[in-house]
Amino acid sequence: MQATSYQTVDDLRAHVGKLRSSGEADRRRLLCCCGTGCIASGAAPVAEALHKALAELPADKRAPLNLVMKRTGCHGLCQKGPLVVLMPEGTFYTSVKPKDVPEIVSRSVLGGEVIERLLYRDASGKPVQKYSAIDFYAKQTRVAMRNVGQIDPASLDDYLLRDGYQALCKVLTTMTPEQVMQTVEKAKLRGRGGGGFDAGRKWRSCKSAKGELRYIICNGDEGDPGAFMDCSIMEGDPHGVIEGMIIGAYALECHEGYIYVRQEYPLAVKHLQRALGDARAAGLLGENILGSGFSFDITIARGGGAFVCGESSALMRSVEGKVGEPRAKYVHATDKGLWDRPTVLNNVETWVNVVRIMERGADWFCGMGTERSKGTKAFSLTGKVKHTGIVEVEMGTTLRQIIFGPGGGMLVEGEGGRFKAVQTGGPSGGCLPESLLDLSVDFDSLTKAGSMMGSGGMIVMDHRTCMVDVARYFLHFLTDESCGKCVPCREGLWQLDRIVSRICEGKGAEADLDKIEDLSKAIELGSLCALGKSGPTPVLSTLRYFRDEYLAHIKDHRCPAGVCKALITYSIDKALCDGCGACLAACASSAILGTPKKGDSFEINTLKCDRCGACAAVCKRGAIAIS
Amino acid sequence: MTPAVDLKRTEEILGRYPAEPRQLISVLQDVQLTYRYLPREALELVSRALGVSLAKVYGVATFYKAFSLTPRGEKVLRACTGTACHIRGAPLILNELKTRLGVSPGQTTPDMKFSLEAVNCVGACALAPVVMVDDVAHGGLTVTRVRRLIKSKAGADQKDSTEEKDGD
Repeated sequence: MQATSYQTVDDLRAHVGKLRSSGEADRRRLLCCCGTGCIASGAAPVAEALHKALAELPADKRAPLNLVMKRTGCHGLCQKGPLVVLMPEGTFYTSVKPKDVPEIVSRSVLGGEVIERLLYRDASGKPVQKYSAIDFYAKQTRVAMRNVGQIDPASLDDYLLRDGYQALCKVLTTMTPEQVMQTVEKAKLRGRGGGGFDAGRKWRSCKSAKGELRYIICNGDEGDPGAFMDCSIMEGDPHGVIEGMIIGAYALECHEGYIYVRQEYPLAVKHLQRALGDARAAGLLGENILGSGFSFDITIARGGGAFVCGESSALMRSVEGKVGEPRAKYVHATDKGLWDRPTVLNNVETWVNVVRIMERGADWFCGMGTERSKGTKAFSLTGKVKHTGIVEVEMGTTLRQIIFGPGGGMLVEGEGGRFKAVQTGGPSGGCLPESLLDLSVDFDSLTKAGSMMGSGGMIVMDHRTCMVDVARYFLHFLTDESCGKCVPCREGLWQLDRIVSRICEGKGAEADLDKIEDLSKAIELGSLCALGKSGPTPVLSTLRYFRDEYLAHIKDHRCPAGVCKALITYSIDKALCDGCGACLAACASSAILGTPKKGDSFEINTLKCDRCGACAAVCKRGAIAIS
Repeated sequence: MTPAVDLKRTEEILGRYPAEPRQLISVLQDVQLTYRYLPREALELVSRALGVSLAKVYGVATFYKAFSLTPRGEKVLRACTGTACHIRGAPLILNELKTRLGVSPGQTTPDMKFSLEAVNCVGACALAPVVMVDDVAHGGLTVTRVRRLIKSKAGADQKDSTEEKDGD
C-alpha cells in the first residue's frame, strides 16, 4: 500500500493534508477489535464475515455509506470481546458472533438502528449505547493508549491521520537533540517498565558516556504474568513505539535501535515488522530520515521465553545472541550496555509517552499525575473483577477508583467474592489488602506499602483466593525462572518455596515464618538483579498483611479460602443437588457416586477425591461444599 | 527411531542471516520452527556456520523455553499458568489437559499429535484461564470446554474455534 517515500518533512505534511481533505478522515468507520484478547474469543471469523458482508453489498447501497471497515488493536475491554464499534456514532457491540454480522450490517450499518441485545450493559443491567458513556472508558485518561483500538495497526495512513509522526516532524525541524533531551527531563518522565527510573537522567548519562556508538532498546519483554499493556500497544499502535524510538535516537544521536519482543507475542512481532517496513519505505526510518540528515534504523529481536530477559542487562545479553544472564548493577548500561557500548533501554509505554510529550509539551505532561510521578499509567486489570482488560488512568488515582471504577467492582457477589487483595508489580511486587484500597497509585506510594508499580499488572483477588497459595505460586514461578547465576536467588527461592509449600500442606510450624523473613533478607542482599532482589516481596507482603491466614494453615490446619488441597474436603449438599450429573462427567478420578436422575442426589467418595475442584467449577447450583 | 535430518533446511535458514554469533537465537528460532525441535545435526551445523562453540549453542538451546531438544507434537498446547489464570482456575485446566492427553507439561503424546506445555503468561489475561493452541489463544475455559477443544483439535483441524464458544 505504502509506496511513496517522503523526502522532506514538507512532503509528509503535504501528504497528510491531502489525506485530510480527501475525506478519508470523515468516513464512517466500522472497527472490529482484532487484539489477542478478542481473537481468543473468536474475532477473526467475525472480522471476515463483516468484510464479506460489506463487500457483497450492491454498489449503489455501499457508496452512500462512505464506510470503511478496520481491523484494530485492543480496545481494552477484552472480557466482552469480540468487540465491534461503529464510529463516529460510537455504537459499541460486545460478544459479537459471526451469526450476528448480517443483522449488524442490515440494521446498524444500513438502517442506522441500534441492536440492543449486543450492547454493553452497565451494573444495573441497563444497555449503554455509546462507547464514551460506558463507565469502563469514561473513567480513563488515555494518553499512551490513545491510538490503540482506534486505528488499523497495519495502516500508516491511519496513524498519520491521528497526528502520527507529527511529533517527529516537529522535533526534526524545530528542535536540537539537546532541546529534546531537556524536554524529556522537564517532563520528569519515569520508566514505565518497573523501576520507575527517571528517563531523562538515563538518557543524559548515556549521552555523556564515552564512545561514539550508542544503542537504544525498546523492552517489549513484558514477562510479568498478568500484564499485557505493552503487548496491546505493540499490537495496536506499532508506529507509536517506532516514532518514540526515532525521537529518542535523535536526542541521543544514536543510529541503531532494537525492539525486544517476547516469544509469546506473535501478533506484536507481526505488526511491528510490518510497521517497520512501511516506515522504512516512507522514508521515516533508515538513511537520512525525511531529509533531515539524521539516520536511524530498528531491528526486532525475538525473545526466547525467559522471564529474566525482562531485566535490562539480561535482555542485552539475549540481543547479543547469548544466554540471558544479568550482570552486576555497578556496571551501568548507560556506560556499558549492548556490546559494551552506552545503551538506553526503556519499555514500550515509556517510548510512546515520549511522542506525547513532544506533541504537547512537558508542561502538559506534568499537569497530570502526582508530585513525583507524572503522567498516566496503563494497567492490565485482571483476576476477580467484572471488567478485565486494560485501563489507563492518571498517576495518583487510588486503587479503589481503578478497581471499582473502570474495573466495575468484584466479579462474584456474596461473601466469598468480597475484595481481599490486589497484587501489583508482578512477581517482584506484593499483595495489598483492603485497608490500603485508598492508596494513591504511583511509583513511591506502592513501594512504601511493600509492593511496587512494576510494569502495571493489577490482579484482583477475592476471599476465594488463598494468600499462602499465591505466595507459593510466585515462589514457584521465580524458582523456575531464576537464571541460576546467584546462589541466594537460585537456592534461597527454592528453599522458600519448600517452606511455603509445607505450610500449604498443613505441615508448617510457627518458626517457619521467622525463617521466611531471615532467608528473604539474605536473598534480597545477595542477588545481582531485580528478579532475586525483589523475589521475596510477594511472600513478605502476604506475610505482612495476611499473617492470620498463614497462622490458620499452621495452627488450625485450615485453608480459610478453601484452596490448599491438603487442607480441604469436598462434599455435596444434598438439599441443593438436583442430580443433573454435571459433576459426574467432570470428575477425572471417579470419586462421584450416584446416577444422573432428576431429583436424585450425588455423594463424593473422599478417599478417591483428589480435590481438583472440577466438580465445584461445573456445578450450576453451587451444591459442592468445600470445608 | 528419529528419521534422518534434512540439513538442507538448516542451510536455507543460515543463508537468511549474516554469519555472526549474534544471530544465534534468531537462527535457532527458525530451526525450531522448521523441525519442531533442535536436531543435534542442525545444531552442529549452526555452531560451525556462526562460529559459536557447540557448548555455547547448547547453553542457549537449553536456557530459553522456546527451544526443545526433543521433537514436539504437531500441535503445541500451551496452558497459561500466569497469575491471572492461576487465580481463575488454571491448575484445574492444566490438570484436565494432563489427564486427557496422558502427558505432563514438557511431554508429547506417543502419536506425536500434541505437546503439552505450561507457560507463564500469554498476554490474554483478561480471558483467563487461557490455553494457546499453536499461536491462537482460547480463553474463558472450563473443564468441559477443554475437553471439546482437544476433541476438535484432534479431529477436524479446520473447525471454527467460535463453535466451541457457543453452548455453555
